Amino acid sequence: MSEVKKIATRESYGKALAELGAEHEDLVVLDADLAGATKTGVFKKAFPDRHIDCGIAECNMMGIAAGLSTTGKVPFASTFAMFASGRAFEQVRNSIGYPHMNVKIGATHAGISVGEDGASHQCNEDLALMRTIPGMVVINPSDDIEARAAVRAAYEYVGPVYLRFGRLAVPVINDNPDYKFEIGKGVTLREGTDLTIIATGLCVNSALEAAQMLEKDGVSAKVINIHTIKPLDEELVVAAAKATGKVVTVEEHSIIGGLGGAVCETLSEKAPTPVLRIGVKDVFGESGPAVALLHKYQLDGEGVYAQIKEWI
Amino acid sequence: MANEVRKGIVTAVHSAKAGHPGGSLSAADVFTYLYFEEMNIDPKDPKNPDRDRFVLSKGHTAPGYYSAMAHRGYFPVEDLVTLRHLGSHLQGHPCMQHIPGIDMSSGSLGQGISAAVGMALAGKMDKKDYRVYTLLGDGEIQEGQVWEASMFAGHRKLDNLVVIVDNNGLQIDGNIADVCSPYPIDKKFEAFNFHVINVADGNDMDQLRAAFKEARETKGMPTAIIMKTVKGKGVSYMENQASWHGTAPNDEQYAVAMADLEKVGEALCQK
Repeated sequence: MSEVKKIATRESYGKALAELGAEHEDLVVLDADLAGATKTGVFKKAFPDRHIDCGIAECNMMGIAAGLSTTGKVPFASTFAMFASGRAFEQVRNSIGYPHMNVKIGATHAGISVGEDGASHQCNEDLALMRTIPGMVVINPSDDIEARAAVRAAYEYVGPVYLRFGRLAVPVINDNPDYKFEIGKGVTLREGTDLTIIATGLCVNSALEAAQMLEKDGVSAKVINIHTIKPLDEELVVAAAKATGKVVTVEEHSIIGGLGGAVCETLSEKAPTPVLRIGVKDVFGESGPAVALLHKYQLDGEGVYAQIKEWI
Repeated sequence: MANEVRKGIVTAVHSAKAGHPGGSLSAADVFTYLYFEEMNIDPKDPKNPDRDRFVLSKGHTAPGYYSAMAHRGYFPVEDLVTLRHLGSHLQGHPCMQHIPGIDMSSGSLGQGISAAVGMALAGKMDKKDYRVYTLLGDGEIQEGQVWEASMFAGHRKLDNLVVIVDNNGLQIDGNIADVCSPYPIDKKFEAFNFHVINVADGNDMDQLRAAFKEARETKGMPTAIIMKTVKGKGVSYMENQASWHGTAPNDEQYAVAMADLEKVGEALCQK
């Protein structure tokens, strides 16, 4: 596996912003003293006049982004997921969501793969929080290719978008010529008949690895990548549930309110199906190397495989 | 005109049986001044990219804002009685999607000033001449976000921004000095690199006029206008009463209020 190309989606975010910035004069980027970490520094280097560092004041940054958007600019407001969705939740809801502003929120360092910084910075609640805001699009890309495509799609979409990126370098899995990103459209990565694994973000790779291991045990698993948590691709989810009869959701997020929550809400109304939610089990994270944490919290391929084996 | 705006406030809040008359009345004069004299706006062209902007950061005083806007011609004055009614475009707090001419939805205290700062920043980036005004309550400045926004505005030298503080001295739980004192307000804004103008009587048009002229002439830094006002101004029994922050008058009280304002109107005519 060592030859697989790995790129952190926060790197993809920075690069995509710089690319888009060259094409669109109205694109502006805001940060809250984390330009090096969120990788908006890449954009800053190319377009210093359109990069606005707000200092360590995330709530104000969201409001400034809202004000900028009323004049026709397309702001990307960037900080860690914890502060974007947590600290500034009410600013995102009232200053961006309620007036349906054309503001994009680039939230990096999501999930436990933040690693050594520990629980205070490991946001496992952002998908749940952002998903409750009416009109908010919530996207959690799985690799570099998807992340860059998502940033472009977010720019082209008119309205508020929450984009979730990670700190850890993750394998590139979407490098095929047919890959196409469309907001709200899930991607079937593998066909299967016994169960469906629906995964998002860096856990899509874990799901693919788990499906390979299950195959050796004679279990045929379909794998779906849901990069858009909201609006959820209900049609794809319901069809897969009906076809395979069992569903597993996998995410680097609390099992409450994120992908697992969204899938269960849909299936319980439209196609009641047994669901296993794999994710962070209503606990806070801890310090440690990202890869070791993903292993401990059973979110790597092995962990996902083990949990599915126990369930079926 | 400010007196007509006041009547609109009392009528709207009476009809809504809810709302915030006290802070609307204290700010009625500045609403009137901004919408009838100061701002470069056209109710027939509310989205003009070169227009001046106004953000009501103390969004609960929507009745005052709506009354000034209606009298200025953004929508019929008759609509004021639909305030807070189901299906009305006059929501309890300003909503920009419902009313053309509202530059920012607001209501959650401390947030409007950040949006105003964003608008002022955009004006600087685009080398436009428009100016941005935002009105805050003196209780509202207890919110930390106000100072985040002020630090940014001072740092960026946004001289196209005017932050107005309606210093009526009262908040829901009582006197601002007793609840959690924001004083000295002027020194705080000075420390955040604002040019500060203290207005002794913010219910006096001439004093407002002079203050905004000074703000226009101030270059290289944002301006804060801290205006002493009387909460409930113009309605005898509401003046300086914290209890009239968020209470609507009943029919009898409404009649007294309108009579008070009629008297003020007659006195103005005789002047």
